[in-house]
Order: sequence, then C-alpha cells, then structure tokens
Amino acid sequence: MGIITTQVDTASLRKAYAETLIEIAVRRREIVVLDADLALSTQTYRFKQLFPERFFDMGVSEADMIDTGVGLALSGKIVFVSSFAMFATAKPWEQIRNSAAYAEVALKIVASHSGISVGEDGASHQAIEDLGLMRLIPNITVFIPADANAVKKIIHLAVETPGVVYVRLTRPSLPLFYTEDTEFDNKGFVLLRNFEKPDAVIVATGSMVYPSLKASLELEKKGVKIGVVDVYRLKPYPFRPLLPIFQGIKFIVTVEEHNIIGGLGESLSSFITEVEPHIVKKIALPDAFGVSGNYEALYDFYGLTTEKIISRIEEWLKSI
Amino acid sequence: MKNDILFLKEKAKQIRKDVLNMLFKARSGHPGGSLSAVEIMITLYYEIMKYDPNNPRWPMRDRFILSKGHAAPTLYSILADIGIIEKDKLLSLRKLGSPLQGHPSHKAIQGIEASTGSLGHGLSIGNGIALAGRIDRRDYMVWILLGDGELQEGQVWEAAMSAGHYRLYNVCAIVDKNGFQIDGSTTEIKDIDPLADKFRAFKWDIVQVNGHNFNELAVAMEFARLNKRRPTAIIAHTIKGKGISFMENKLEFHGRAPTEEELKWALLQLK
Ligand SMILES: Cc1ncc(C[n+]2csc(CCOP(=O)(O)OP(=O)(O)O)c2C)c(N)n1
Repeated sequence: MGIITTQVDTASLRKAYAETLIEIAVRRREIVVLDADLALSTQTYRFKQLFPERFFDMGVSEADMIDTGVGLALSGKIVFVSSFAMFATAKPWEQIRNSAAYAEVALKIVASHSGISVGEDGASHQAIEDLGLMRLIPNITVFIPADANAVKKIIHLAVETPGVVYVRLTRPSLPLFYTEDTEFDNKGFVLLRNFEKPDAVIVATGSMVYPSLKASLELEKKGVKIGVVDVYRLKPYPFRPLLPIFQGIKFIVTVEEHNIIGGLGESLSSFITEVEPHIVKKIALPDAFGVSGNYEALYDFYGLTTEKIISRIEEWLKSI
Repeated sequence: MKNDILFLKEKAKQIRKDVLNMLFKARSGHPGGSLSAVEIMITLYYEIMKYDPNNPRWPMRDRFILSKGHAAPTLYSILADIGIIEKDKLLSLRKLGSPLQGHPSHKAIQGIEASTGSLGHGLSIGNGIALAGRIDRRDYMVWILLGDGELQEGQVWEAAMSAGHYRLYNVCAIVDKNGFQIDGSTTEIKDIDPLADKFRAFKWDIVQVNGHNFNELAVAMEFARLNKRRPTAIIAHTIKGKGISFMENKLEFHGRAPTEEELKWALLQLK
C-alpha cells in the first residue's frame, strides 16, 4: 500500500471511472454502458466514442434505464448504468430493488455527483441519502472510492463482484493520495494511519477520507494520536477486522459526506453495538435538505473540512 | 397453425383448471387477470415461441416476460405442462419453501426470464434483452405481456419510447386488454384509450385481436416476428375472468381466490 501526504494533486473520479471502463471493455466484450442524458457529466461519453455499439443513451428515463440494464444483464452482459447519484438511486430505487437485486443480475450502478458537493445545483440534486437507500437493499455491494486511483481499482472490483454493485462518485476532483499500487481487495477498508495506543480512530469514507487523514497528521503534531481508516466498501460491512484497532480508544469518529442517518456512522454504530461498547461520534451532514453554494463553502458550512474535524475531535477529547 | 384448434382449446381448459386449483389451495392470488391471459400465453408457448424445455437457458430462445406478474399461476401451469416446472409443485403456489412465489422470481425458477410483480417494469427489461440480442446478432424475439391497467405506469411509456426510438423490432408487447384493474374499469379509473394511437405515436406497429381466438393471436404474433421495421404491439381484447361465468367481468375476482363451493362450480364449467 502507498499513500502520499505531501504535494497532493487532485484528480477527477468520474474521468477515472470512464477510463477504467474503457480499459476493461477492450478485453471484456460483455461490458455495456447506459446513461440517462448525463453522459457528458458522468463521463460515459468517452465510452460511447469508442464503443458506440455497446452504449445506449436511454434519455431522461432513469427507471427505464435501470430495467433496460436488467434485461441486458439477464442476457449475459455486465452492465454499467450512470447518472447523478440522486437520479441513479432515489428515482429508480424500486427498479433496483425489485428487478435488479432480487434477480441478482450484473448491474453496476456508478453514480456521480453524490453528496453536498454538487454545490450550486442545491437540494434537489444533492444526494445525501444514497448510501442509506442502497445499503437497505439485499444482495447489493456498496463501494465508495476516496480518490481517482481508488476508483480504478474499485471499477475492476465492481466487474468481479457478482450481482448489483453501487459505486458512489463525487463531482469535484479529489486529492490523489493513493499510489497506483495500493491494493483494494475484499477487505473493504484501508488502514491509513495506525498507532500503538491511539486516542481515537477516524473511520471515514469517500470525499472525507483525505480531510480526515490531514486532520490526523495535524493532530499528531500536537501529540494527539488518531488512527485513520478508509472504508471503501460499506456493504457487506467490512468492520469486524477493525475491532482490535478500536481496543482501548476513547471513541471512534465517523466522517462522511452523507446524511447522518443511513450512512457510514449508522452502519458502524449498528455493527459495533452488537459486539463491544464504544462511543461512535459522527461527523456527517445534518438530517436536513442542503442549500446551494460553492462546494468548498458548503464543506465549511457543514463542518466537513480538516479544520472543523480537528476542532470537533479536540472538543470530544476534552469532554469524553 | 402447428396444433389443432381443439388441442389448444383443451389446453386452455386444463390450464384454467390448474389455475383455479392452485389459487384455491393458496387461498389467495389473482384469478381474473390469470384467466384473461390463458389463450395469449398458450399461443406463445405452443404455437409461436422458440425454446427448448430441456435447456431453459438456451441462448437462442425466444424470451417471454410476464410484466403483469400477478398472472403467474397461468405461466406456472404452462411451464409445468411443457416440463420446466415439476407438475407436483403446482399446488405449492405461495407456500413457504415453494419456488412458485406469489409473483414470478427469476432466481427461483429456470424458465422465468425476469422477476416481476411490481407493475411497469417488464417492457424496459424486455428492451434490454432485445438490445443484447442485437449486440450478439441473435434473432430471438422478446414477448412481453402487460395488463391494461399496468399501462398507467409512466415507465411503460418511457420503455415504449425507447423501443420505438431504437427500432426494437424484436420486441412484441402484448396488452391483455380486459378493461378492468382493481378499483374499477380502466375507462372509469384512468382511461388508457385511444391505445393504438398512443403506440403508433411512439413509433410502434399495431395489431388488434380477439385475445381468446388462437388463430387471430397466432397471426398477429407471426406478423410481429416478421416485422423487421418497428416493435409490434398486439392489443388483445379479452374478458377478465374468462371461462368462468361468475368471474367474468367481476371486479371482485381480480384478487380473490375461489371458495370451495365456487371452485366446484367453476370446475364443472370446464368439463
Ligand atoms: C407498481 C404496482 N402498483 C400496484 C400494484 C398492485 N396491483 C396488482 S394488479 C393491479 C391492477 C392491474 O391491472 P391490469 O394491469 O389491468 O391487470 P389485469 O386486469 O390484467 O389483472 C394492481 C394495481 C402492483 N402490483 N404494482
């Protein structure tokens, strides 16, 4: 495994998705891609340019897109469907549940523009409940890559994973902190920072992994030891192997760009309360509709920045 | 026609008997829409479709999707008759542990092409299978059976637009136009007419038939297979509850199983 913590560039997750898809599709003829009139945004247009006979734009018809994908998958194709996270999960949820997951078909839903960082488009476009919606459905695997290199590995994983897969991507480019040789396997998490006796451990996902990593690095300078875990697979739960790392810590902090209901924080809490007593503090979006704004301003407004993560952890270190 | 009309009529009787026995045993289910679709499904399975009962996943087979999944008993009875389901399983319909789920499950039974039950999905799924056929250069047909009430689902028209746009001439949608849904007649609840005009406007070819007449059904289906221009919609005019006097056009029997008395009376009518 490799991570870079200084001089980090940013890279587009969506572009990495399309490029990986193309790379796989050269070898695997059964890859077919559908989009619902957002091919420019999701970047699947790159696939269309190279493989026009294996790309179908279904128009602004998300339910139709999912079920058309089901039909293709029932006929032996590995089908990638893309749209914004809101329209790829919430709108055709029932199609995903009843036609795709129930029949266990090879449908890979790769959604861009998840979370609050869609920014200016505002609440109607900010999918802050997609993880909850997807993880509620049986037979679905949920992946959340934290940077473009993770995307490359996870799109391969999505092809290898049987059945329905949900991959959550963001609109903004994210810091590229994983080296290309980092392994993403069936473990579902990467232990990014580990300490002999940590004070607390951050469990983060997606866009919040890098800010969490930086928070840990900053806090270390002040003598505070905070472990960091990247959960890149939310379902099936990857948490059990983390139990030894949680031994003796004051609290766990989950950090995610998702409604505080339904996402990583709730998943980890529900897992952990079955096995050990732990305090799980949650940094997430409030249970409220989002607002328009530049995404960096929104991250700050909702407390999803390195600085705010640090100050909340310092607060909790004092109060817990 | 491959089969004698009398043979097909006998099949229809046998399948109606199966359906009623299954529903009685299950103490629940949907007689009306199962009975209206008997001739349509028989024509498909005994006259029209290419398939191999010994190899239900034969890649070149025609596909049938029961988009109105609540008519599952009719499909199960036919699948049992052609040897894809074991006959002695039929009476386990809707019982714990049975592969005969209340609505068709792809995972539970080999001959079921798609999981349905929630209305509105089947045409999109069929389009996807048709697109795969186009990519793989396989000339199978995809037959999708929809209810007329089901056509009130918006997704059906998304799918109709897709099939028209992509000229999916290997798709044939058959509408079991029995005129009823749950809360009343389709005319009074939310009128789907003029239906032929709607499909035509979505770039489909249309055939209207008496949905209980084997000859008319077979001719229309053969037309659909030969049509290499556009998708075909067969509007099959049917009678809900067909074949059982006290069930015909009776709203009550959309979703109620027959009592023991009613079953006896019904079976007498199928002698
Ligand atoms: C999405 C969805 N909504 C509601 C139902 C409940 N439901 C089952 S059958 C039916 C009426 C269907 O009418 P129609 O398509 O005309 O079927 P038929 O009369 O042939 O039985 C309804 C509303 C359902 N199965 N799926």
